[in-house]
Amino acid sequence: MSEVLVVVDHVDGAVKKPTYELLAIAARLGEPSAVFIGPAAQGDAVAEAVKAYGAEKVYVVDDAQIKGYLVAPKAEALEQLVARTSPAAVLIPSSAEGKEVAARLAIKTSSGLITDAIDVQEGPVTTQSVFAGNFTVTAKVTQGTPIITVKPNSAAPVEAAGAGVVEQFDAVISDAAKTAQIVASQPRQSTGRPELTEAAIVVSGGRGTGGNFEPVENFADSMGAAVGASRAAVDSGWKPHTFQVGQTGKTVSPQLYVAAGISGAIQHRAGMQTSKTIIAVNKDEEAPLFELVDFGVVGDLHSVLPAATEQIIARKG
Amino acid sequence: MNIVVCVKYVPDATADRQFESDNTVDRVGVDGLLSELDEYAVEQALQIKEKRDGEEITVTALCVGPEKGVDAVRKALQMGADKGVHVVDDAIAGSDAIATSLVLAKAIEKIGPVDLVVTGMASTDAAMSVVPAMLSERLGLPQVTQASVVETQGNQVRIKRDGDSATEVIGGTMPLVLSVTDQSGEARYPSFKGIMAAKKKPLETLSLSDLGVDAGQVGLAAAWTAVEETAARPPRTAGEIVKDEDGSGATALVEFLASKKFI
Repeated sequence: MSEVLVVVDHVDGAVKKPTYELLAIAARLGEPSAVFIGPAAQGDAVAEAVKAYGAEKVYVVDDAQIKGYLVAPKAEALEQLVARTSPAAVLIPSSAEGKEVAARLAIKTSSGLITDAIDVQEGPVTTQSVFAGNFTVTAKVTQGTPIITVKPNSAAPVEAAGAGVVEQFDAVISDAAKTAQIVASQPRQSTGRPELTEAAIVVSGGRGTGGNFEPVENFADSMGAAVGASRAAVDSGWKPHTFQVGQTGKTVSPQLYVAAGISGAIQHRAGMQTSKTIIAVNKDEEAPLFELVDFGVVGDLHSVLPAATEQIIARKG
Repeated sequence: MNIVVCVKYVPDATADRQFESDNTVDRVGVDGLLSELDEYAVEQALQIKEKRDGEEITVTALCVGPEKGVDAVRKALQMGADKGVHVVDDAIAGSDAIATSLVLAKAIEKIGPVDLVVTGMASTDAAMSVVPAMLSERLGLPQVTQASVVETQGNQVRIKRDGDSATEVIGGTMPLVLSVTDQSGEARYPSFKGIMAAKKKPLETLSLSDLGVDAGQVGLAAAWTAVEETAARPPRTAGEIVKDEDGSGATALVEFLASKKFI
């Protein structure tokens, strides 16, 4: 059975959940191999983590020549690994960086590229949600090695004992790949809440908050949810751009999406329409988002959310 | 200094977008326009030119797309770009991002030695956001992408961006490929003067043979991916909507959450 390469999504060696989702998908297509690009010293710990989710092999690509530069060196390393392993597919998390690495890898290896898959089945046949979630498209790569970027929450992680054989892979990084440099990096301050794109529940606030996100945040915390914002809220300076859900922000596909004070412009719907269950709270009963909801409350979020928060906390005892 | 801005002609995102029977995007039945996110690219190119007052800078708007794609070029000229280049060829229809990036790269090479290639963060139709990285790869130029703030000094470019896990400052040396987000600054509206001036600006139309691209390398048949099926999403069944009266909204909301086992 051919290998399927899964690029490990991690922060400083801490493996993130989308990696396990990709390993579950890889097992449908062939033999899952994890590719860890990071400090070689962290390789064993990463291997321990991914082998519990079925990784048969773990390629450790030391990032001494890669760190501090943008995506070009990562694409070079992967190109060399693809040449070496002739995988059945390469699966990469659908982050901004993941998509750029995939784009370069596709050109380098003369391979077709599919981005933002929400499902991948044998073939591989991918499913994507396009046009603001109004269409579902299935597609296939017809040339080269299928290179597929997959959105978070597209598969459930499956615990499976893999061999987890660690192999150091020495990539040769050209000087040409090191032409754009990360001059400074300020890690995102942790809010203590789940990460927006990975969260099972997302609570977003919009123009209707009037800039007061406290009811939204308290409600989110009572539900163990991530907090998001509409573009109107971001453009008003109430929340940083990293909170934005929508076409030019993050796309989310949680089990539950709660939109508070958000009317639901098409650009916002593009970022959340694939959520499994949708709830809206809005004073304006004409808000287009009400057309999409499973449950809606026509009312002021400033009174509805705090009262709901209180009841949820009481129920949880 | 030569700046090329890539502008895509896309079906209006607020219109009812459809697919053709061959699973390509319907670009005829739906009104098209300059991709909104490319307006930010045009804006940044113009700002760079304005900030570097005194230097000789040419901003060229480049579009690869159907006949009507010339509208996207015209809009960029009206905003203030100096020249337009429109690559149009029947063979291009149905091209994937890989082929589109090939034609763009060949056109950029033909336009001449270029210092900056500026693009939007993504198109508003396919929204893959991979073309900037593909252009960088094909042209052998550095990429600085997803910029919310752009600064240039001499041949140095510095951008700020909200990365996946950090806010970063990225630096590179021209020539390079730059992509900008909608956080980079409101795009200007064409003024009446700009609209009139655009009519006199040079607008060149090129075919694939002008670029030395074989028709067999582009189009639907040459795409490295194939769409098998497109299906309109089934309409959501109407949900329950309650009016909040005397705090009943919160209670109903909590009951709904409990019934779905979210709490």
